[in-house]
Amino acid sequence: MKIVVCVKYVPDATGDRGFNDDGTTDRESVDSLLSELDEYAIEQALKIVESGVEAEITYLTVGPDDAKDALRKALAMGGDNAIHVNDDDIAGTDALGTSLILAKAIEDAGFDLVVCGMASTDASMGVVPAMLAERLGVPQVTYLDEITVEGAGKGGGVVKGRREGDVATELIEASLPAVVSVTDRTGEARYPSFKGIMAAKKKTVVSKDLDDLGIESDEVGLSAAWSVVDTATKRPPRAKGEVVEDEGEGGVQLAAFLAAKKFI
Amino acid sequence: MAEILVLVDHADGAVRKPTLELLTLARRLGEPAAVFLGKGAEGATETLGRYGAQKVYVVDAPEVDEYLVAPAVDALAQIAGGGAPGAILVASSNDGREIAARVAVRLESGLITDAVDVEAGPEGPVTEQSVFAATYQVKAHVTKGTPIITVKPNAATPEEAPATPTVEAVTVDFTASATGTKVVSRAPREKSDRPELTEADIVVSGGRGVNGAENFHVIESVADALGAAVGASRAAVDAGWYPHSHQVGQTGTQVSPQLYVAVGISGAIQHRAGMQTSKTIVAINKDEDAPIFDLVDYGVVGDLFKVMPQLEAEINKRK
Ligand SMILES: Cc1cc2nc3c(=O)[nH]c(=O)nc-3n(C[C@H](O)[C@H](O)[C@H](O)COP(=O)(O)OP(=O)(O)OC[C@H]3O[C@@H](n4cnc5c(N)ncnc54)[C@H](O)[C@@H]3O)c2cc1C
Ligand SMILES: Cc1cc2nc3c(=O)[nH]c(=O)nc-3n(C[C@H](O)[C@H](O)[C@H](O)COP(=O)(O)OP(=O)(O)OC[C@H]3O[C@@H](n4cnc5c(N)ncnc54)[C@H](O)[C@@H]3O)c2cc1C
Repeated sequence: MKIVVCVKYVPDATGDRGFNDDGTTDRESVDSLLSELDEYAIEQALKIVESGVEAEITYLTVGPDDAKDALRKALAMGGDNAIHVNDDDIAGTDALGTSLILAKAIEDAGFDLVVCGMASTDASMGVVPAMLAERLGVPQVTYLDEITVEGAGKGGGVVKGRREGDVATELIEASLPAVVSVTDRTGEARYPSFKGIMAAKKKTVVSKDLDDLGIESDEVGLSAAWSVVDTATKRPPRAKGEVVEDEGEGGVQLAAFLAAKKFI
Repeated sequence: MAEILVLVDHADGAVRKPTLELLTLARRLGEPAAVFLGKGAEGATETLGRYGAQKVYVVDAPEVDEYLVAPAVDALAQIAGGGAPGAILVASSNDGREIAARVAVRLESGLITDAVDVEAGPEGPVTEQSVFAATYQVKAHVTKGTPIITVKPNAATPEEAPATPTVEAVTVDFTASATGTKVVSRAPREKSDRPELTEADIVVSGGRGVNGAENFHVIESVADALGAAVGASRAAVDAGWYPHSHQVGQTGTQVSPQLYVAVGISGAIQHRAGMQTSKTIVAINKDEDAPIFDLVDYGVVGDLFKVMPQLEAEINKRK
């Protein structure tokens, strides 16, 4: 079967992230990398194959030139090949547009299972997997802490998982094809080995543009976005309050502060 | 005035506080109409009316309970498609965001998630988001279709505006996709007497510094003295000291209470992403260089096992 793993290239969360004047993300002043939460998606795809499911793993990213780095890192962890959707007209695309591009690329590649992270580490909307299920017309099995695939092959198979729902722990399942998203509780992702890094250099990364996917340039990008940023303002850093050393009265002093603020 | 659809978040008819906040915000934009899915609408209607719902759409179908997300999408999209709502407001829970996302695709409408405020604007609702771990405030609006907005808990204070809503039972034509994902089993989380994390006015959280499940009572007793919810860092959760449902942060629950008390928590960016919008922040940590102190309104550098019991005693004395 075919597994497509969606991986996003994002500004480093530990850097000083910000915006350009047109409301798009400033990608110049901060280094970017493979979204950490997508490493869990990669790990689970690799685990599915290691569990005996015969599958080809394809990584997919929508992003600028250097988003290839995210694909190279993924390929170094394992998997077979990658698709990079890159087009000047994509800049500034919102979640609706991004999900459209991803869905077209996934259909184009063919799939039995799409694996996503639970959210990106930049916008962290956590909506793209659900949007993909809607666009692809297949079940969504999202926010999984555990995932297994059974009886895969020849168009059959089910995906099962456990999720901490908003009010209950749920066991859920769906037949393939399906879209899943996995959390950071699915288990630590592996580090690329030296062998993996060398092998990744030989794996193919196919580049596609909007034309290849049959998407008109006016369907995506900043000008076509379904929502616009009016203003983006840096919050002044929180004014640092008083910090006291506990010399035996720390609890009492803190209580006095809380009382003054009417919390007690 | 255009109808503003509010998707009701409830447990067997008990309406959750974020929904009351949504109704309050909806009144700024138009005429609030609640969309109630599942069982228990009779009991909920009074509450929804009290907070301003002029109308309650009710979808009582087994699909909504037995399958995830997709049936709610069918219901909400059908109700919205039957009129011309001015906006659709949904609470920012995992399910809420996903429902909103799919309705946005289906109605070909713009989506804004995790708003911390919503106001009426010349071209429809203007939202405020707090992004990049709360270092930026972004104002945005939807330019196409029906504005679909998910709103974080505690974005507004619920205000009563009593109305007597008309109730309309809706029969939904569920699509094939509605029954695609089956819930095989559901184990409801143990109920505690403490307030829910997202709704609480005060949250007291423990981190790796608590050093063991057997020590978490130190956090719990102060939480109880303050009437607070208990939170935990991912380090504490990963170690198995406290249930995951209490994790605060990027991949846990995002909270925005009046008061956040961080105990034995260093203040990593991913933790800050989940609590940085709290109104008042207080920390106890033995390391004076812990990054959490950069955020605090008041901090105590000290051993939590000395400070917390003293704090608890002092709170009880002052009450
Ligand atoms: C601060 C900020 C706020 C934003 N707010 C909004 C908003 O309110 N409304 C809106 O419509 N757009 C918004 N955007 C734009 C939106 O983030 C992008 O369109 C994005 O690609 C999709 O959203 P996400 O990254 O939050 O995805 P999420 O839904 O959080 O991502 C989940 C998973 O989807 C997959 N995925 C997401 N994007 C890609 C990609 N480009 N390539 C491959 N896989 C991917 C990954 O597996 C990822 O783990 C915002 C962007 C930023 C930086
Ligand atoms: C993709 C990703 C997502 C993540 N999501 C989250 C998330 O949602 N939530 C989250 O919390 N983290 C998250 N993390 C983890 C985060 O990076 C940190 O590892 C975590 O927050 C650390 O938890 P901590 O502060 O409890 O532990 P530590 O960083 O180990 O800090 C413990 C603190 O306790 C103090 N201490 C120790 N003993 C005492 C004592 N006796 N008295 C007083 N103070 C004491 C120490 O000085 C120290 O500052 C995520 C990480 C990644 C990579």
